[in-house]
Amino acid sequence: MQVSRFNDYVGAVTNFVGKTLTIAELEARKLHHDYTDLLTRAVQPALWLLIYGEVMSSIKAIPTGNLSYMDFVAPGILAQSVLFIAIFYGIAIIWERDLGIVHKMLASPTPRSALVLGKALSASERGLSQAAIVYLLALAVGIHLNGNPMALVLVIIVVILGGALFSTFSLIVACLVKTRERFMGIGQILTMPLFFASSAIYPIAMMPSWLQAASRVNPLTYEVDALRTLMIVGGPSAYGLTYDFAALLLATAIMVAIAAKLYPRVVR
Amino acid sequence: MQKVQSATQEAQQAKSILQTQSLTKRFGKLTAVDNLSISIDSGEMFGLVGPNGAGKTTVIKMLTTLLPPTAGNASIAGFDIVHHAQQVRKIIGYVPQFLSADGALTGYENLLIFAKLYDIPRSERKSRINQALEFMGLSNVSGKLVRDYSGGMIRRLEIAQSMLHRPRVLFLDEPTIGLDPVARKTVWKHMQQLRSEYGTTILLTTHYMDEADELCDRVAIMHLGKVAAIGTPAELKASVGEGVTLDDVFAYYSGYEIEAGGGYREASRTRRIMRRVG
Repeated sequence: MQVSRFNDYVGAVTNFVGKTLTIAELEARKLHHDYTDLLTRAVQPALWLLIYGEVMSSIKAIPTGNLSYMDFVAPGILAQSVLFIAIFYGIAIIWERDLGIVHKMLASPTPRSALVLGKALSASERGLSQAAIVYLLALAVGIHLNGNPMALVLVIIVVILGGALFSTFSLIVACLVKTRERFMGIGQILTMPLFFASSAIYPIAMMPSWLQAASRVNPLTYEVDALRTLMIVGGPSAYGLTYDFAALLLATAIMVAIAAKLYPRVVR
Repeated sequence: MQKVQSATQEAQQAKSILQTQSLTKRFGKLTAVDNLSISIDSGEMFGLVGPNGAGKTTVIKMLTTLLPPTAGNASIAGFDIVHHAQQVRKIIGYVPQFLSADGALTGYENLLIFAKLYDIPRSERKSRINQALEFMGLSNVSGKLVRDYSGGMIRRLEIAQSMLHRPRVLFLDEPTIGLDPVARKTVWKHMQQLRSEYGTTILLTTHYMDEADELCDRVAIMHLGKVAAIGTPAELKASVGEGVTLDDVFAYYSGYEIEAGGGYREASRTRRIMRRVG
């Protein structure tokens, strides 16, 4: 009895993981056929790093401790470009709903949570291409990157978590608003506050106290903190990596649970 | 007399694979599907016809577990669509109204993803996919991106997708909407082959009367969420008068108000589908 229950449990987990990876594979195959989107997405982090970063760096207005401003801001720009990709991912869901792709997925025996997490990881795949671009740009402008293989693996994990977290958030919004027009407006409203209430482009210490409080509940803060610790030689950590990872994992799990409940509603 | 009737009923139950009992769906004040009770036999090709907005798609959405009914119930092969939704999903196939194959993938990849989602064992995947491609006449284009397919080819690919796991009941929502006459005939031919070779029960919706006449064993004409008439195409025609077409039957039972159906949303969606099929 115990054994069979254990087997049921293992079977359910195997099924969940397998189906999640199948949905993520779908996106990988799409990107393999057409990666022009990834190239156009490279423009934004390049502008932020090469123009915004250089300008702010030269006026030395932002105190960044032992780090140069360019070293300070590069992880923030990576977090930001992953956020921008992820936060508009919900529009792809609305598009797929309009095409009937979501209907077909939901009429299949795939677990809802696997559909949601698979989609989340699809956004992460796009986020990873941003990581590659930011690393190339950072190398080109002489940012002090940490080449430790273990750190690189952890950066990849942070980017995957960040992409999954915010794309699932976006999916939740998409399930609630249901149309592209409304979604575009709300996407704009969400992005900038998340971005500004984090330490992406300035230290939290510079913020007014109400914004500091907001930054503490903003998962992007922990993503940026982890990236800054891992990507940059001598990168500081405000909260510690364990705390950062715990916060990101918890937030992702909550988002996936909510999204799995809401996802079937998008076709109703 | 009593006994004879119950014996007939039993035979009916054994043959029937899908039943709905007073199936109802309301959206706010609007009753989209109103007390629908139908029974579909195993191996039957059953057509739901009616003007836009008659409730056909809502019926399909409920039967494919996408939409919970407001009242009443339905079962497929003995599984209740609400309480055993997961079992229902395993034994049905579904082709939505829209062209829903993924344009950014090849035909083969579209099938591969669904083979995985439907737990077709790894050892059988390739042969099943190739068989489905051949069956639908798509073997020679399986490596091409679907965005380069014609509308008829996309439809056939979707039917291939929906039959990979050998569903017992296949739901086709407006399978030939927007297709040119030649492509329609090809899709018809493949649907008929599917039924004759695999014994698949097919429930389709359409508002083309010639399609219902050509393909369906039985047809239910829906109007304002209710079944206005049900029977074989021949029976329906006979019920209206001599020498009539199914178009006349349709007009008769939907109260000569075909123009009233649909509205802006329906029209713009149909246009969009048409544009995609090009």
